[in-house]
Amino acid sequence: MLVELGIITTVLALVLAWYAVLAGLYGAQTRRDRWVLSARNAALLTWPLLTVASLALIISQINGDFQIEYVWSTTERAADLFFKITALWGGQAGSLLFWSWLMSTFAAGALILNWRSERRLMPYVIVFSMATLGFFLILNVLVESPFARFWQTANGEVVTAVFQPVGTFPAIPQDGRGLNPLLRHPGMVIHPPTLYLGYVGMVIPWAFAMAALASGELSTSWIRATRRWTLVAWLFLSLGLILGGRWAYDVLGWGGYWGWDPVENAALLPWLTGTAFLHSVMIQEKKGMLKVWNMALVIISFILVILGTFSTRSGIVSSVHSFAQSPIGPPMFVFLALASVVSIGLWLYRWQRGELASEHHLEGWLSRESLFILNNMVFMAITVAVFWGSYAPIFTELFIGEKITLGPPYFNSVTAPLFGALFILMGLAPLSAWGHTSLSRMGRAMLWPFLAAVGLVAILLIFGMRDVGALLAFGLAGFAGFVTLYEIWRGVKARAQREAWAVAAWKLFGRNRRRYGGYLIHLGVVVIGIGVIGSTIFQQETQRTLAEGQSLTLGRYTMIYDRLERAQATDGRVMTIANVEVYDGSQLVAVLRPRQDFFPNAQDMNTMTIAGSYSTIENDFYVLLVAWEEISQASATFKVYLNPLVNLVWWGGLLLMLGTAVAAWPDQDRQRQRVTRRIEAGEHGSPART
Amino acid sequence: MTQTSTTWEKSQAEPTLASHGSRRRFLIGGVAILAAIGFLIVNGTLSNAQYFITVDELLTRSELAGQTIRISGAVIGDTIRYDSDTLTIRFTMANIPEETDNLALTLHEAVSDPNASRINVVVENEPMPDLLQNEAQAILTGRLSPDGTFYADELLLKCPTRYEEALPSQVEESSAG
Repeated sequence: MLVELGIITTVLALVLAWYAVLAGLYGAQTRRDRWVLSARNAALLTWPLLTVASLALIISQINGDFQIEYVWSTTERAADLFFKITALWGGQAGSLLFWSWLMSTFAAGALILNWRSERRLMPYVIVFSMATLGFFLILNVLVESPFARFWQTANGEVVTAVFQPVGTFPAIPQDGRGLNPLLRHPGMVIHPPTLYLGYVGMVIPWAFAMAALASGELSTSWIRATRRWTLVAWLFLSLGLILGGRWAYDVLGWGGYWGWDPVENAALLPWLTGTAFLHSVMIQEKKGMLKVWNMALVIISFILVILGTFSTRSGIVSSVHSFAQSPIGPPMFVFLALASVVSIGLWLYRWQRGELASEHHLEGWLSRESLFILNNMVFMAITVAVFWGSYAPIFTELFIGEKITLGPPYFNSVTAPLFGALFILMGLAPLSAWGHTSLSRMGRAMLWPFLAAVGLVAILLIFGMRDVGALLAFGLAGFAGFVTLYEIWRGVKARAQREAWAVAAWKLFGRNRRRYGGYLIHLGVVVIGIGVIGSTIFQQETQRTLAEGQSLTLGRYTMIYDRLERAQATDGRVMTIANVEVYDGSQLVAVLRPRQDFFPNAQDMNTMTIAGSYSTIENDFYVLLVAWEEISQASATFKVYLNPLVNLVWWGGLLLMLGTAVAAWPDQDRQRQRVTRRIEAGEHGSPART
Repeated sequence: MTQTSTTWEKSQAEPTLASHGSRRRFLIGGVAILAAIGFLIVNGTLSNAQYFITVDELLTRSELAGQTIRISGAVIGDTIRYDSDTLTIRFTMANIPEETDNLALTLHEAVSDPNASRINVVVENEPMPDLLQNEAQAILTGRLSPDGTFYADELLLKCPTRYEEALPSQVEESSAG
């Protein structure tokens, strides 16, 4: 019953999505509003349908209907309810359905929220968002159905099919295979959906951009809608990247959070181009420049999103994510090619007609515009470098017949100077003015932050840091951070003449959400940067086999191995847990329980190494249980890392989220907003001009 | 068309500093930056490129000895040894002749083929990876030492699941019972 319901609703959603594409196109071409409205209703209807389909699958998972191949492969009787539900995205077919559901959610959101304000773009927004949804639903229905079931033929053979083949009867396994152990972690439960939200979210700005290109409605209205939706997608993409890092740190046992894995990179790429867009879009809003370029950035981001989905799932790159492989590679590639051709074609068409021409030229070489253009060049440089590094084996095999790979040293050596350049720009741009700034004004504006950064480097030198790269990196990050703090302080101070400090700060942020939300994001990035610099350059590691009562020392911490214990969890996993005491000097600060989980029922990936770590703001003492004496259990081997400042990566991430939420918060009253913004501008003006 | 002409007028009416000279300056600056970025990427590629080859190629191409390279092969389960005192992993891996769509089957055949070329692998200072098991695909970065052993600094493992997972084993039981 549930299965049939799921199949019927998915197929109906598929039909409606393609109907919406056709009706929307027809309505837009012939200017018949009735067709556009009909297309909208069809598009909106996909949401309840896919909600029912997803619920049907979730309920089957909870009930343990193991005749469904997907339920069998991702759940088992003993699993917790929580993991039975989240198994929706624990495998290929289910996560495709989940992807489609999110896509229809976003599309419905855009259609409802922007219907009135962006009315003229809407027919094509329906067309492009529904074409994307329609494509994913084709995969769902024809290639990887989450509702495919097991059937047994007369001669005992078991086959998989959506509908009962003639002469077979249902084959029902007694228990499921269970979710991939690596995915049984809270971080892994949230990481995929947030990344999907980021990926799917990027489809909406693209749909608006394509609508603008297709309709020729290239005034500022598409950019307004696109900017906000990009910000939403960007928020989830950032969150997904950070949670993915956290998951790798907790579960993969690398001792790190980022490994330049091709699939990680695939998620980073649209983040980079999205960030570039969020900056350069400001120039278009202020000056009417860079129209061609902004359009290109939206298209590139979308293509990178689809490419990321494609490379994660097709297994064309070697990666820690290769468990997500499946036969959907070829059809995804076709979609990627089609979407690219249509996007680039429309873009070129409007470009050569001169409809994307700039309204202004660059004026001074030192101006907000030119610094933003530099920022875009650096972001694109990182994008190209990461793209090339990730896909080098494929390109080199194609063109020189030899597979060449580029490892983490390549990424570190190429991106480090570029990230450094970004920190410099992050420090300079907020101090510059639109149009033109003179060098001496700029110098005066940056005097205090610059001196503070120099002071920071001096302090680090006094405390004995001699690594030139680290000093430079901390100095640059510090400069960007001090500029941001300085700018916020100036804003608050200007208001505080009339109001209490807290009120002044609250109103300042509330009334200039974009600007001060942006500053919070900058601060978040600086904090993350400091965490990355510290944990990359100053990471220490050691490994030892310890008998009970023996100890090892790393940094100022001493670890004593106490004993080993065994335990079994409700989901059947056997845990081997080492109890270790961590001393800071002579004081006991933590009892850690690094462990290894063994999953007797899982067919592959049946062990999982979970680190124990003692965290302070200063560093993480991170312990992995590597091996133990099976019989006597008297000794165990540990790999121990000291990761300085690593927690700043997570704290900076939170700050970045907060800033994005401030910047993306919907305006309640646009009119009043504009007036106050003008007053604000009059009060303390463009910083460098005061 | 009307839209374009208005934009054109606007940009002409605007008093700009973008005279011939300054535009050339922007151009030169832009080209210089692009050149620097290009240099960074090319230089990074040249100094960090690693050949990605099979066991067969490693054994036949003597010019690659001593270079840091990446190889791929099929892990032979019986040969896996782990010394937990020194954190040293040792195993033997077989050549994968050609990657096909069914990676699991390819790996299975590679491991069972007695004539496939094989190589001993040593990975030092690594915890025992969760995925190191029979018929896994191992991707190693390291060097071939003169004694014929491959010393790897990095070990990446892939475990295809389709082959064994295609059908649930308990089905027969349930239908029989």
